[in-house]
Amino acid sequence: MKYLDEYRDADITRALAARIRARVTRPWVLMEICGGQTHTLMRYGLPDLLPPEVELVHGPGCPVCVAPLEFVDRAIEIASRPGVIFVSYGDMLRVPGSQSDLFRVRAAGGDVRMAYSPLEAVKLAQEYPTRQVVFFGIGFETTAPANAMAVWHAKRLGLTNFSMLVSHVLVPPAVRLLLGSPVNRVQGFIAPGHVCTIMGHREYQALSTEFHVPIVIGGFEPVDLLEAIAMLVDQLEDGRAQLENQYSRSVTREGNIPAQKLMEEVFEITDRKWRGIGMIPLSGHRFREEYAAYDAERIFGAQEIHVEEPAECISALVLQGLKKPVDCTAFGTRCTPEQPLGAPMVSSEGACAAYYAYRRHTAPEASA
Amino acid sequence: MTAFVCPAPIAVQDTVLLGHGSGGKLSAALLQQIFLPAFHNPLLSRLEDQAVLDVERGRLAFTTDSFVVKPLFFPGGDIGSLAVHGTVNDLAMGGAQPLALSAAFILEEGFPMADLRRVVDSMARAAENVGVPIVTGDTKVVERGCGDGVFINTTGLGMVAAGVDLSAANARADDVVILSGSLGDHGITILTRRQGLELEGVIESDSAPLHTLVAAILAAAGDVRVMRDPTRGGLASTLNEIAVQSHAGIAIRETALPIHDGVRGACEVLGLDPLYVANEGKLVAIVPAASAEAVLAAMRRHPLGAEAAIIGEVVARHSGLVTMHTPFGTTRIVDMLPGDQLPRIC
Repeated sequence: MKYLDEYRDADITRALAARIRARVTRPWVLMEICGGQTHTLMRYGLPDLLPPEVELVHGPGCPVCVAPLEFVDRAIEIASRPGVIFVSYGDMLRVPGSQSDLFRVRAAGGDVRMAYSPLEAVKLAQEYPTRQVVFFGIGFETTAPANAMAVWHAKRLGLTNFSMLVSHVLVPPAVRLLLGSPVNRVQGFIAPGHVCTIMGHREYQALSTEFHVPIVIGGFEPVDLLEAIAMLVDQLEDGRAQLENQYSRSVTREGNIPAQKLMEEVFEITDRKWRGIGMIPLSGHRFREEYAAYDAERIFGAQEIHVEEPAECISALVLQGLKKPVDCTAFGTRCTPEQPLGAPMVSSEGACAAYYAYRRHTAPEASA
Repeated sequence: MTAFVCPAPIAVQDTVLLGHGSGGKLSAALLQQIFLPAFHNPLLSRLEDQAVLDVERGRLAFTTDSFVVKPLFFPGGDIGSLAVHGTVNDLAMGGAQPLALSAAFILEEGFPMADLRRVVDSMARAAENVGVPIVTGDTKVVERGCGDGVFINTTGLGMVAAGVDLSAANARADDVVILSGSLGDHGITILTRRQGLELEGVIESDSAPLHTLVAAILAAAGDVRVMRDPTRGGLASTLNEIAVQSHAGIAIRETALPIHDGVRGACEVLGLDPLYVANEGKLVAIVPAASAEAVLAAMRRHPLGAEAAIIGEVVARHSGLVTMHTPFGTTRIVDMLPGDQLPRIC
């Protein structure tokens, strides 16, 4: 397959690993920010190709993982109401709230549907004018423009039965928080290629300059990731701290300007709570006043739900790269993809689930 | 005065009515006009409450499966042919040659009669190709909204030849794992139809009866340990079941797995892993290393095994786990999924 096979080429990948081994002279801690990148690293076993000096830690870039528990509960509550058609991306359906999940809501009679695009939900709202259609708007800057497009489209069509439960989060504020932390260990970042396809270089250039840290915008295939790691190691060994773009086949300096405009048209920046991390100032989206009619939180009445995370779950430390999933006492025993204690074990992009699915044969026999 | 008798015979309607499941005249008409002409055979024509089979002494294999596939018709097959192949294959994986099938239909009120006829005719053709009679059956009708067109259950009986002992618990370290052909064709055909995805190139379901391929394998080697068809949950789930039941590890090689380009492309678009996608005309055979070449050659001579390949080995380490050697020289686990494969957000 064009544009994929080249980037999964074993010879190129191994050559890049050899280049990293030849270049590295001392330990470096690197973070891949995006859960999609974590997934690729684990799926292909790429950490095994790296020299022991290069340590990868897994960042907070899994939208399913960082969605707060009370937000999942909120979705479950709305989806359970009679007359509501609740539409979600597939991997949110199994994420457990404090009591239930969306699959169980469906089994109990709720109308919960899986979609590949929020526009499918707009179409449903047209098809079922007497039902309230609610889309679960979750994700980073990658999915936010498509969600904005759906809302914009619904407004243009004059739909009064479409709304969105929005919990978009933004990558740069989370990276800023990590870099400003006194316990931060990360010395170089692989920035998320899909997010940068929308947002361009600007925010990451600013982070690199402000914190004097190398950042390489990276893709999602094995060659992409090894090349990004090689570029980071080159920078660190040279003592440089720049923004570089490995994923230039997709990311331009300016990003996707129409997508950015559409996002700004519908949403404004607000403080957001991240599961496992806590409140991060100016790190998410909420509806602008002009689009308030599409805000499911307003339509269905905002409720303060407060839930405690399981105490044993160390997802906060995992999502900040301070601990590895296998460092958790519950990993593979009291916390598995079937019975997750925290969200990083639920989504295939979560660091814990990726470790469990692909790497537990390398962990001590505890999990067997 | 004589009772009024309607001179017109009760004809099968355009759509399935609740009365077609009543056991009355509409039911009889459905049987006479659709099922009996399609499935005709001496045992069924007796119209008893049961079929009585004469069997030689030996071991019987017995299996059942229900079919609820949506869409009902898809490239490469339909729910009717699938209902025959699925049960024939479950028998075949035990080394059994099929003897007889039952067919039970749950129809939804309002289901087009033309579609039912198409499904039943397809089933009849599939059974005839296999050479297995459908000897007994049942039809029920549920109210509109309580079904999804048609659900079919088939149950099968088969004879297992003396000396054949296949079980998912039989795999031993150093055995060889052979796959009969490409992965994911059935599941991707169904998913792309459901999503309305138009993809380049032809992908069609691999739905096929595997009993003759099994016979060829058993003729080539007398010491075959395990045969399984990787249906729901795909190759990954099947190998995990074997690893657990045999208390052994299984190590496969990613580069050895036959996957058609169309399936790979669709999996990329849908965010799925072909290792977990369903097949309906493939089998995994686990054989001692000494028999591997003979079995592989026999499979490749058969039209349903032309793309057969050795994909890995049974190993003594990591009991109960399946691992895969990647093209990068690394190894990862191929896990069992907790539920359906869910597409990722981004």
